[in-house]
Amino acid sequence: MNELIFFFNNVVVSGLVLGSIYALGAIGVTLVFGILRFAHFAHGDMMTMGGFVAFLLASLFAAWGLTLPVPLGFAVLPLTFVITAALALGIDKGFYAPLRARGAKPVTLLIASIGVTLIIQGMIRLFFGTGTYNFFEGAPKELYRIEVPLEEATRTINFSQPQVLLLLVTVVTVVALHLFLTRARLGKAMRAMADNADLAQVSGINTALVVRVTWIIAGGLAALAGTMLALDVTLKPDLAFNILLPIFAAAIVGGLGQAYGAIAGGFLIGFAETAAIFNWSILLRPFRDALPEFIEIPNNLALVPTEYKLTVAFIILVITLLARPTGIFKGAST
Amino acid sequence: MTPLVELDNVVAGYGGAPILNGINIEIHASDIGVIIGPNGAGKSTALKSIFGLLQVTGGAIRFDGEDITNRLPDALVPLGLSFVPQERNVFTSMTVHENLEMGGFIRDDDLSGTLSEIYDMFPDLKAKRHQNAGELSGGQRQMVAMGRALMSRPKLLLLDEPSAGLSPRYMMEIFEQVVRINKTGVGILMVEQNARQALGFASKGFVLASGQNRFTGTGQELLDDPEVAKSFLGG
Repeated sequence: MNELIFFFNNVVVSGLVLGSIYALGAIGVTLVFGILRFAHFAHGDMMTMGGFVAFLLASLFAAWGLTLPVPLGFAVLPLTFVITAALALGIDKGFYAPLRARGAKPVTLLIASIGVTLIIQGMIRLFFGTGTYNFFEGAPKELYRIEVPLEEATRTINFSQPQVLLLLVTVVTVVALHLFLTRARLGKAMRAMADNADLAQVSGINTALVVRVTWIIAGGLAALAGTMLALDVTLKPDLAFNILLPIFAAAIVGGLGQAYGAIAGGFLIGFAETAAIFNWSILLRPFRDALPEFIEIPNNLALVPTEYKLTVAFIILVITLLARPTGIFKGAST
Repeated sequence: MTPLVELDNVVAGYGGAPILNGINIEIHASDIGVIIGPNGAGKSTALKSIFGLLQVTGGAIRFDGEDITNRLPDALVPLGLSFVPQERNVFTSMTVHENLEMGGFIRDDDLSGTLSEIYDMFPDLKAKRHQNAGELSGGQRQMVAMGRALMSRPKLLLLDEPSAGLSPRYMMEIFEQVVRINKTGVGILMVEQNARQALGFASKGFVLASGQNRFTGTGQELLDDPEVAKSFLGG
C-alpha cells in the first residue's frame, strides 16, 4: 500500500503539476501559432519574465508588511497577468509587428523570437543576476497530507500548497478559455482567424484586434505558468527556457493551433515524463517473496534516468509525427 | 443616379505586369451584373480589385460615389460591400451558426433577425446549424458562404463563381437565391463560368478578355449577339 501511495505522489501528483505547467505554456504557443503562423521561441522566457514580475510585486507587498493566508506570489497573479500581457503586447509592437508589416515570412519571425529570447534572458540577468530566488524565504511551504484510510498505509498523499493552487489556476484557466473561445465574439473571431485568416479578413473581422487579444492571452497565461512554476520550485533566469522544448512538443503533439490539443498534449507529456523516470521496481518489491529465487528485482527499473527526462517529450513527439503528423486534434501540419 | 459601384478604367494586378488593363464596370442597386470571359481574362481579379485584395495601380473605384480605391476589406465591409471568394470560403472548423455569426462580426446590434432570414432562405442550413461547415457538401458550403456574406447586410454582394463544382440542382438553387437577394435591394456582381444560365437572369453582362472589356450589354443582348455566342458561349 505504501508503495502505491509513493507511486501516486511521484507519478500522479508530479504528472498533474508538470502537465499543468506544460499545458498553460503550450496554450500560448499554439494560439500564437494559430493566429500569427510562427513558432514563438521566446515563450519560455515570457513565462520566466512573468515569474520575475510576480516576484517583484510580491517583494514589494512584503516590504509594505502585507501578509495573507496564501503565498504573496499567488495573490499578485491578477496584477502579474496584466503586466506581463502588457509586456507581451509591447514585445509584439516592438519586434514582430514591424516585421509583419513588411510581409516577413514565418521563419524570419521565428528567428526574431530567438533574438527576443536572448534579450529577455539578458535583461533578467542584468537586473536580477544569475542566482535563484525563493518566494518562501524563511517560511516553509505549507504541505497538505491526505491520510489514506487503510491500516497498512503509513505514508500520506502529499500536495504542497503551491501545487494545489497551480491545479486550481489551471482548471479555472481552462474553463475560462473554453468559455471565451466558444461564447465570446472575439474568442470566436480568434478561432475564425486561426481557421482561415483570408476569409476572416474578408468578413470584416478586425484582425489587428485579434492579434492583440492573442498576445494578451498568451502573455497572461505565460505569466500564470511561470509564477506557479517558480512557486513550486524556485525562480531563476533560465526557469522556463529549460522546459521550452517539452512545451513545444506538447503544442505539436496536441495539434498546432488547437487550444484543447495543447492542454491534452501538456498533460500527456507531463505524465509520460514522470512515469518514465519513476523507479518501477518499488511497485514490484511487495511481491519479492512470491517470486522464484532466480528472479531478482533490480534496484532501479526506471525507463530513463532522471537527467534524460527531456528525451521522453521527443520520443512522444517523434511517434506522433510519424503516426499522425497533424497532432491529436488535427492542427496545422508541421 | 449614382451607380452603386463603378470601376473607372481600372488597372490592377498582383505586383508584376497588370492583369486588368483599364476595365469599366457600372452596377446599380437593382442590377445583377455578370462577368464572363475566358480563363485568365481577369474576371476574379476585377472582383478582388473592388474588395481591396490586390493593388489597383490606375483608374478609380467608387462605391455610392465615394472613392474606395485600394481600401482594405475591414474598411469596406462596414460601408456595405460583401465578398464570397470562390475557394476556402467557409470556416471549416466552426459550426454553420458560428460561420454566420462571423459574417456579422462588424455589427453591434442583435443578429437574430438576419440569422432567421438566412435560415428561411436556406432551410438546409437550419437543420445543420450546429454541424461544422467542413462536414457539409459543396452546395451547402456555398450556401454557408453566401449566408455569411449576407450577415453584414451588404448593399453590394460580390460572388466569385458561386456555381463552381456544384451539381445542376444546387446551381439552380444558388441562382434562384441570387435573384431573390437582388429583389431585396442588394446589388449583385458575380463572375460565372456557366455563362448561358447566368446571362439569362443578368440585367448587365460584361465580357472580359485579356483584362479589357470586349462586350457590354444586358444579359439578353449578349445572349443574342452572334459574336459573343460564337467566341464566349461555345457557339
